[in-house]
Amino acid sequence: MTAVDLGLPTLGGLDGVPTTEERQTAKDYTSDQEVRWCPGCGDYAVLAAVRSFLPALGLRRENIVFISGIGCSSRFPYYMNTYGMHSIHGRAPAIATGLATTRPDLSVWVVTGDGDALSIGGNHLMHALRRNVNLKILLFNNRIYGLTKGQYSPTSETGKITKSTPMGSLDFPFNPVSLALGAEATFVARALDSDRKQLTEVLRAAAEHRGTALVEIYQNCPIFNDGAFDVLKEPGERERRIIPLRHGEPVRFGPDGEYGVVRDGDTGGLRVAKVAEVGEDAVIVHDANAEDPSLAFALSRLGAQDLDPTVTGVFRSVSRPTYDDLARAQVQQAVEARPGDLQALLRGSDTWTVAG
Amino acid sequence: MSVTAGSDTPARETDVHKLDRVVIRFAGDSGDGMQLTGDRFTSEAAAFGNDLATLPNFPAEIRAPQGTLPGVSSFQLHFADYDILTPGDRPDVLVAMNPAALKSNIGDLPHGGILIVNTDEFTKRNLAKVGYEANPLEDGSLAPYQVHQVAMATLTKGALEETGLSKKDAERAKNMFALGLLSWMYHRPTEGTERFLREKFGKKPDIAEANILAFRAGWNYGETTESFAVTYEVAPAKLPPGTYRQITGNTALAYGIVAAGQRAQLPVLVGTYPITPASDILHELAKHKNFGVTTFQAEDEIAGIGAALGASFGGALGVTSTSGPGVALKSETIGLAVMTELPLIVIDVQRGGPSTGLPTKTEQADLLQAMFGRNGEAPVPIVAPCSPGDAFDIALEAVRIALTYRTPVLLLSDGSIANGSEPWLIPDVATLPDLKPTFASEPNAPDGSGEFWPYLRDPETLARPWAVPGTPGLQHRIGGLEKAEGKGNISYDPDNHDRMVRLRQAKIDGIRVPDVVVDDPTADARVLVVGWGSTFGAIGAACRRVRAQGMRIAHAHLRHLNPFPRNLGSVLRSYDRVLVPELNLGQLAMLLRSKYLVDAVSYTKVAGLPFKAEELQSVFTDFLKGADAQ
Repeated sequence: MTAVDLGLPTLGGLDGVPTTEERQTAKDYTSDQEVRWCPGCGDYAVLAAVRSFLPALGLRRENIVFISGIGCSSRFPYYMNTYGMHSIHGRAPAIATGLATTRPDLSVWVVTGDGDALSIGGNHLMHALRRNVNLKILLFNNRIYGLTKGQYSPTSETGKITKSTPMGSLDFPFNPVSLALGAEATFVARALDSDRKQLTEVLRAAAEHRGTALVEIYQNCPIFNDGAFDVLKEPGERERRIIPLRHGEPVRFGPDGEYGVVRDGDTGGLRVAKVAEVGEDAVIVHDANAEDPSLAFALSRLGAQDLDPTVTGVFRSVSRPTYDDLARAQVQQAVEARPGDLQALLRGSDTWTVAG
Repeated sequence: MSVTAGSDTPARETDVHKLDRVVIRFAGDSGDGMQLTGDRFTSEAAAFGNDLATLPNFPAEIRAPQGTLPGVSSFQLHFADYDILTPGDRPDVLVAMNPAALKSNIGDLPHGGILIVNTDEFTKRNLAKVGYEANPLEDGSLAPYQVHQVAMATLTKGALEETGLSKKDAERAKNMFALGLLSWMYHRPTEGTERFLREKFGKKPDIAEANILAFRAGWNYGETTESFAVTYEVAPAKLPPGTYRQITGNTALAYGIVAAGQRAQLPVLVGTYPITPASDILHELAKHKNFGVTTFQAEDEIAGIGAALGASFGGALGVTSTSGPGVALKSETIGLAVMTELPLIVIDVQRGGPSTGLPTKTEQADLLQAMFGRNGEAPVPIVAPCSPGDAFDIALEAVRIALTYRTPVLLLSDGSIANGSEPWLIPDVATLPDLKPTFASEPNAPDGSGEFWPYLRDPETLARPWAVPGTPGLQHRIGGLEKAEGKGNISYDPDNHDRMVRLRQAKIDGIRVPDVVVDDPTADARVLVVGWGSTFGAIGAACRRVRAQGMRIAHAHLRHLNPFPRNLGSVLRSYDRVLVPELNLGQLAMLLRSKYLVDAVSYTKVAGLPFKAEELQSVFTDFLKGADAQ
């Protein structure tokens, strides 16, 4: 049986999850536990965004599960009045895979950080993405290890001075969006903790995607890496640097759309140009649903460690059968073809009888 | 040739010797199909009604260099007209398909034993490859044995001449020639093998027919040549009445998991990464999706157990199967399962260690890893099957404990149980235990607040409620951080931690397990042998032999290693001396000594092979003499 000939109906990310008519508010998603992130932590903004966007989905709260790994952001589940598991370092995607595979009636969310997802848990992240399990992964990227008090992370810029790298870090960082696209992800997006509107849009799109959705959220750590994303928040700089992607629209940014993204004939990739110089027709139109991830990948390569520029929004959103749907379909197919007869199984085909 | 294979007795007059038991070892190159040959002979013996036990022994390399000593693969089977306990110490019959097989196995053949040699492989080059300076078939060194020199490859090629198969393909059927010859010698039924070959090569009928022709040619060779003057009969065994089948430990274990899922009325999720010698459990379970079994081949050992634990959180039966190195990788997740108090089955098919060790060989050296191999105080129940068939029952027992007490359970099988086989009295499904768990459905706060307290324990079992996502009003968060007793919120309170650590320990210590039964036929033995796991057969057989010589010895075999049976302390104290044979350096002995302050004496072996009954007989005899001298 191949992955494509099952004739599965096209499903949304939340199909199968029971809904409620009951009116919900952010408060309904707030647990009785005191939130204990540091004052000014970007995690607060993300928590608030998640609590306030979930009611709009109209799901039964008890059918939502948050699973996290280890790190500051991984305390997230404790603050949500849903089911949750704060698991072990890096393993949340694996645990969530088992849960999502056995329970199609749940909306399963993974909360992780740059160290959790990309260092110790890199293997699980990459395999969850290629399998396309129906999970939503929120990757809080603050480019630092916070809970262990300030060591460089796999997304820290090269040369970063930290407690563990007093002469500067040596490793080249991951670009999480590029990594996810390379790992065959079907949904990849990036947002900023401070931009509630875009974050909410991206979360909503992720929730409705059937398959693994990776949302990288740039998140400020005020204690160990304060201001890491300030350049993306300062008026003036913000407009000059952030390239917001909108499906079906030309990729333009800057004051009055002064800049645009165009194909670079020399590299085969993309580059930023002044629209006035290249003409409007040269600006590429974003197609998040394109089967071929090349353009999405090229967009993810715009901007380097210095965040100049920084592409945000949904890079890729394509439909591909999910691992959990396929696994359940195989079980169902087997049950329908020949329901299990335990006595017959134990008996097998070669038996002999000893008379009493 | 006019004689056809398949008749019950040879037509040619031979001396028929009646034997009560026979041990046959097929040995050849790992490409010679010795495992298949042994397996088929086993099926024939099983179909005939003999009791039997088998010991496959093969290299870790899939195809080691041809004709070399490391490439030798063997399959030993012991069949008898009574209930036997081991695959046999030494073969009565050795079939050697090449010089390497002869060289590495002849040392085990007692003088007077039957040696059947495939002479075609005894070329100068092959002899030199394994360091034979002279041809042992010619230099008289095999004089102590009854040697039958048979040009199996030549005879097989001759028999298949008219099939149009290439010489190379034809020669590959020589293992079936050997099987045919042995089947004739021991009056085995042959229909099963012919049927099996037709099914196995269903898509290649010419290969199926070639193998059947080779099989018949082997039979007919015995029948028509005069070189075999004697054939042997081993009557069916008098086993307890019922319907039997042959089963390996890995298959029995997989069936146990399927059965447990059915009896618990839970879907099963098996999260596993391939590893020798446990992979066959995954393969078997993957065939049984129609029982609601989902198998997930994960990216690594950690993801395998992670997925299983995630499934358990969701109310399924989570299972992971592995070997020792895999348990090492899974340790942290086992700790998380201890902390979150969720049911989980961790199957460890032990192999020779440490590290990669001896992947295809057997050992019992993971007991202390199972017991203590986690950070913090992380008690986990441990069970171990004592034979291939028992792996079915122990899987059900592991699931009973996991579901009743909401805990991960370590199930310690080993390489010899996994690949060994024996006749199995097929259980009546109606008699299997009811394992259906109760899920939490209502808020349970004792203060009447209407809250749900995920760490409020059952006063009897100390288990916490299993409230699965999707249950309205019971939303809660669990995790690896210490939780407050009752309410289950994160707690760093010193007294709470002290209490929770003790509660988790008390829960495991309080698990109800059956008392250990002592085999002490005269009821007056002064020496007790305590074993666990796959050594059951060898210890039992050695005890029988010692008793047959008029000595008294008792045998207790543990299937529950944590907690130990409640009566174990009094059992140990009621004997003067306690001897603990193990395939490790004394791990059970260490636990018994520390828990019961008993002066248990270890007998240990770590050779990658099971104990031999003969070896233990001599150890027990010496030990009994020593005990008498005291």
